Amino acid sequence: MDNLVEIDDITFSRGDRLIYDGITIGVPKGKITAVMGPSGIGKTTLLRLIGGQLLPDNGDIRFDNASIVKMSRGELYETRRRMSMLFQSGALFTDMTVFDNVAFPLREHTKLSEDIIATIVALKLQAVGLRGAASLMPSELSGGMARRAALARAIALDPDLIMFDEPFAGQDPISMGVLVKLIRELNDALNLTSVVVTHDVTEVLTIADYIYILADKRVIGQGTAQQIRESDSELVQQFLKGQADGPVPFHYPAQNIEEAMFGANP
Amino acid sequence: MNKYRVELMVGVFVLLTIGAILLLSLKVANQTITNQGDTYTLFAKFDNIGGLKERSAVKVGGVIIGRVASIKLDREDFTPVVELSILQEYNEFPETSSVSILTSGLLGEQYVGFQPGFTIDGIENLKDGDYLQDTKSALVLEDLIGQFLFNRGKDE
Amino acid sequence: MNAIHALGVKTISRFAAAGRAALMLFGALFAVPRVKNIPLTIKQVYVVGVQSLLIILVSGLFIGMVMALQGYTILVDYGAEASLGPMVALSLLRELGPVVTALLFAGRAGSALTAEIGLMKATEQLSSLEMMAVDPLRRVVAPRFWAGLISMPMLALLFSAIGILGGHLVGVDWLGVDSGSYWSIMQSTVDFDKDVLNGIIKSFVFATVVTWIAIFKGYDCIPTSEGISKATTETVVFSSLAVLGLDFVLTALMFGIE
Repeated sequence: MDNLVEIDDITFSRGDRLIYDGITIGVPKGKITAVMGPSGIGKTTLLRLIGGQLLPDNGDIRFDNASIVKMSRGELYETRRRMSMLFQSGALFTDMTVFDNVAFPLREHTKLSEDIIATIVALKLQAVGLRGAASLMPSELSGGMARRAALARAIALDPDLIMFDEPFAGQDPISMGVLVKLIRELNDALNLTSVVVTHDVTEVLTIADYIYILADKRVIGQGTAQQIRESDSELVQQFLKGQADGPVPFHYPAQNIEEAMFGANP
Repeated sequence: MNKYRVELMVGVFVLLTIGAILLLSLKVANQTITNQGDTYTLFAKFDNIGGLKERSAVKVGGVIIGRVASIKLDREDFTPVVELSILQEYNEFPETSSVSILTSGLLGEQYVGFQPGFTIDGIENLKDGDYLQDTKSALVLEDLIGQFLFNRGKDE
Repeated sequence: MNAIHALGVKTISRFAAAGRAALMLFGALFAVPRVKNIPLTIKQVYVVGVQSLLIILVSGLFIGMVMALQGYTILVDYGAEASLGPMVALSLLRELGPVVTALLFAGRAGSALTAEIGLMKATEQLSSLEMMAVDPLRRVVAPRFWAGLISMPMLALLFSAIGILGGHLVGVDWLGVDSGSYWSIMQSTVDFDKDVLNGIIKSFVFATVVTWIAIFKGYDCIPTSEGISKATTETVVFSSLAVLGLDFVLTALMFGIE
């Protein structure tokens, strides 16, 4: 299988805190790959590493067989035109209309005439069902609509890779359904490669072709949806079923409460 | 429409600033007094010019007729020479005119007071480059006090 | 021991911040200028310049009027009320114009710049620009910096001009100083190079410092609501202190040695 992105045994730490300790992930071309894991283990960080906004301490990240880690700034900017990222908040530019937001990457990176840009923007907005909302400002959109508008912007330049950062977080069931459908359809229609980072288990299991589960700085499970469901790893099962306590402890590491409150027993 | 308005307002801003620069340079700093009309130059030697400065006014009975263009020291007799540039429209002062350095108010600016002299036949008008012969120096407070004390000492 | 350690950590982080600030400015200014950025800069001149116009003009007018009132009561005792003009004009051109404009600008436009850029960072707009292969330094920072640099001296000139008119209003129209002597003594005292130009130079220096601090504080803030509020406060405090300190240095250099 041909991988568009390969993360090869990377270690990454922020300050003194180790975030990743030897992670290897492959993102196959044309598929939807999901990265799951509990909150706070740096899933977003993984996307920033792929985008070259952060550099790993060790290991290599390759995009289409070119090492992102070793790229010069110019090459990196060149490569980034082939990827796009859907941020959790949507990250629409609040001082522009939806139309201008979607047109933004086209105006920045192409020399197309305004007529052509208007056509492309209309098509992209049509794809996410927001053509009627083109003249609205981002503040007038609901959370789900903002995310769809951001998705239209993310696909404006027809990228090879699109990264979704928690696309389902905080969405009502209908918006969530719309987003799931959009991600699947766009991936197939535009021949995209998608990376979805999330902790919403059920949605991801329905759309992802391949799944990685991160916990405790490592990859603790991987496989297709079917394989993951049948995994015998306690950790994976805890995550899938949403149990409060298990291998991932309920308590943040701390001193034993009895010792902390009553003093250490002699 | 909105974009047009932004550009329009920035344009207004720039125009206002140009207006302010014009006000400051013409009305406040008076960049162009010497260009306000043709001038001619007169010279006057004083024993002491006190606090007279370049660009100080030259007045006849309170009316400004010109400005001090430069102040130099004569290299031979070591007295200050003041170059006055006088507006061309006031070019009929007789040679007998006199100048003195005066102060406006107790602590005000010093200026050159110009006294037009009498006119009788045979007296020509002042021309460009002429020296004014009759000059009165600035009053220097220390000299005055010194004289006053000296005179008192003589009286007793 | 802990205090020394903390001091060391703080010192190092200050130096690192200064380094980041310099790098940011470098990245913004020496990025290849592009035609596309000119409309962006014009828009920012509107935001930081035109929208500060009202507060600058009103403040300038009132400061000129108050100075005329105060100056008159002092000068009239010496019969020197004719010197009101130069007093108002020189104070405005040399000091109050550049300094008060810079302080007001820091409060009005500087804090807004910090908050805006900080929020752009918090809402991932800066990150998203980067991911779209658009350099945020070039796209967001540079236009704002140039706009601040252009706007503030313009505002300072307007401040001085309207202040002098305000002084005229109070001194001449209300208190009865002679209009001719208000202007003519001003004209004979104020020197274009020494007073007006030096004021403009001061204003450029303040503009650089205030805009730089404002943008850097936003760009470097911790992207939370608390971090942005702290950064905004720091912008106003730091730039005010920097302006007052620099004003002393510049005044000493320009007018101190004659």
